[in-house]
Amino acid sequence: TARPCMLISSSVALDFVLIGRTSAFLLLHQARAERFFRSDHTNNWAVLVCTSRFWFNYRHVANTLSVYRSVKRLGIPDSHIVLMLADDMACNHRNPKPATVFSHKNMELNVYGDDVEVDYRGYEVTVENFLRVLTGRLPPSTPRSKRLLSDDHSNILIYLTGHGGNGFLKFQDSEEISNVELADAFEQMWQKRRYNELLFIIDTCQGASMYERFYSPNLMALASSQVGEDSLSHQPDLAIGVHLMDRYTFYLLEFLEDIHPASQANMNDLFKVCPKSQCVSTPGHRTDLFQRDPGSVLITDFFGSVRKVEITMETINLTVPGIPLERFGGEPHTETALAYVDQLPVAQIIHQKPKQKDWHPPDGFILGLWTLILLVFFRTYGIKHLKHIF
Amino acid sequence: MPTLTLASARSPFRDEFAEELAIRPLHSGDIHASFQFRTVWGVDLLQATDPRFLRYAILPREIVCTENLTPWKKLLPCGSKAGLAVLLKSEKLFHSSYFSQAVHIRPVCQGMHCTVPSWEMRQTLNVVFDLYTSGQGKREWSMFKIKIYVDVTDSPQGELFELSPPTPLLSQAVVLGDRRTYSVYDLTDPGTFGKVRSLNLLVRWKADNGDMLRPLLHGERYVAGFGLQTGEIHTLIYNNHPYRAFPVLLLETVPWYLRLYIHTLTVTSKNRENKPSYIHYQPSKDRLRPHLLEMLVQLPPNSVTEVTVQFERALLKWTEYPPDPNHGFYVGSSVLSALVPSLVAMDTNITQEHPLFSSFFLCKEESSYFMRVYTEPLLVNLPTPDFSMPYNVICLTCTVVAVGYGSFYNLLTRTFQVEEPSQSLAKRLANVIRRWRGVPQL
Repeated sequence: TARPCMLISSSVALDFVLIGRTSAFLLLHQARAERFFRSDHTNNWAVLVCTSRFWFNYRHVANTLSVYRSVKRLGIPDSHIVLMLADDMACNHRNPKPATVFSHKNMELNVYGDDVEVDYRGYEVTVENFLRVLTGRLPPSTPRSKRLLSDDHSNILIYLTGHGGNGFLKFQDSEEISNVELADAFEQMWQKRRYNELLFIIDTCQGASMYERFYSPNLMALASSQVGEDSLSHQPDLAIGVHLMDRYTFYLLEFLEDIHPASQANMNDLFKVCPKSQCVSTPGHRTDLFQRDPGSVLITDFFGSVRKVEITMETINLTVPGIPLERFGGEPHTETALAYVDQLPVAQIIHQKPKQKDWHPPDGFILGLWTLILLVFFRTYGIKHLKHIF
Repeated sequence: MPTLTLASARSPFRDEFAEELAIRPLHSGDIHASFQFRTVWGVDLLQATDPRFLRYAILPREIVCTENLTPWKKLLPCGSKAGLAVLLKSEKLFHSSYFSQAVHIRPVCQGMHCTVPSWEMRQTLNVVFDLYTSGQGKREWSMFKIKIYVDVTDSPQGELFELSPPTPLLSQAVVLGDRRTYSVYDLTDPGTFGKVRSLNLLVRWKADNGDMLRPLLHGERYVAGFGLQTGEIHTLIYNNHPYRAFPVLLLETVPWYLRLYIHTLTVTSKNRENKPSYIHYQPSKDRLRPHLLEMLVQLPPNSVTEVTVQFERALLKWTEYPPDPNHGFYVGSSVLSALVPSLVAMDTNITQEHPLFSSFFLCKEESSYFMRVYTEPLLVNLPTPDFSMPYNVICLTCTVVAVGYGSFYNLLTRTFQVEEPSQSLAKRLANVIRRWRGVPQL
């Protein structure tokens, strides 16, 4: 009969409509899913550490400052950057141009800049302080600028440079941090949910050994040289007299200068920075602990601070500012005139009474000494012999 | 919960901000520029400033560079974006002979009657530009682009240097007991600029010589002696006033690893011993507290007073040495506080419009002003072990060899002999007492 045909046709038509709807749904969900698999971080932090002291390690400070400069230029504010410089090169007495640190010879680019804020300087850059910053175990009196206040939606960039070897990094020529300690610190950070994703870059000799022991998720690491290779420095400046930068960071800086906040460059481009022809050493990277595909990770996810802005059309009513109340404490102040304290009250100083020295009972040392003498005496002779001696 | 208000109904005093630049060309061709920024808050959080709660802290090895200037500039209301702070370019500021920046926060009087205090934050920056090192060989200095004061006392008729553009505004102020004349450029007055919308201040030197007036009080400090065992700290205090003597409070904080011998403390002026009117000394405790020495010394007129104290250098524990121990250890500067008699009567009327730099130290008397001078920090070497790897290897190897070889040698050559035991000291002493008593001995 006609009805089943109609039914069939209507059901087929319904099916067609349904298929049409599901495909539309699929497209919508695919777009949503794609957005979901992009990074879901809400803030960016950077910890930049230079571990070398002395004038001839100028290049390590220049390395760290050029990464600092790029990171600031791409939007991460000073409050979210922990900068640790183990020595002062800019105002060093051997610097012919004070308040400058150059990265290119002929003094083309001053990476020290005009508004640098260094959080840990000089002797404060130690292994202990570095690990405390990472894990957040700082004494309560530490100011905010010296803390890494990251949460579980933070993407953190960690950059280390200095002298290193197979499995260790030297701090200030007097102590060292091993790759096991570093891996454990990152695991502590993971367990305390102090990062969403972490990018670790190291520019030292045999740098790849430092990321060998990582075992926490969401870590990506880059190093300037493999185990057994040395990272070399780039070019000396004859006016300043030292090597200005290391090769890997020099080419990294050149790569980052082309990045702007809206750039779509991803991590695969970063892995190609400084091939063996330019760097002499072989840069390495490690992405097995990272959940996303490096090709979908933007450079600005770590180096910049690109915020997701949601535009809303609703208005929010802020409360009317309150009427100022009376002064604290009721009765405001007396009418007596105040006066400045005497800066150098000579008469008062001269006529001070000397402090009375209180008698203190003899302290533990004297009591202990006399007890020892008496003890030895009585042990030698015994109490019962005392009357024979005296 | 009652809250504090910024503007009370009683006094309409509001927060205010003032900035000023004072330029003083020196005889040597250098320029001394002093920036002063003053923020006053009309808040009366009066807490009595009791001098007994004074705390003093010093970081002798603190390198001052742009990284110190950046947070300092952020304290200004407009940062470095507007006002005189735009002139603070770090490359020029740190390439200078002398640089000093400070923040002072204190309660000040508000109004004539001084019944209500307000809080003042004063930021000062002093630079001495050395023209020859900054690459400008010409004896000429210009600054372009508030109030700017240029000190013209030394050249009233234009003998020493010539100032352009000329300004009819002259003001006199007493600074540090000396009456000086200033040409004032008021940047808030549009007449200063004329047709061009910028001010180009040019100072051109004419004469080449001339000596400066010596300051009435200044100090020097140095370490004497040789070797890594002992040494002597000498502090020299100069009083250049021709006929007046005045007291000086000397505060010295010496770290614990320089063990001072206070019995060797001597104070001499004009080759005669000068007994201080007051001495306070708090000894150090190892690893806990430094030495604190405070003395009130009367300085005779036109003299040099020398304070010397001997010390011994301590050997620190291995981990207490900094990463670069052969650089040396810094000892903080000593502080000289004095009421210096001024050569000129001062005006203590606080409500009159004064340039900021002359109202820095507020004092009650008219005939003297308060001054605080810091001496140089010292750099001393402590006996430092050799931390280098070859030294450690040699020590360990020699120890192993000594222990191994020594045991073997003993085994081969040592022989034992029987010996009568001698009496112990206690027994001998007891025998002496018994002999004296006439009792049989042990």
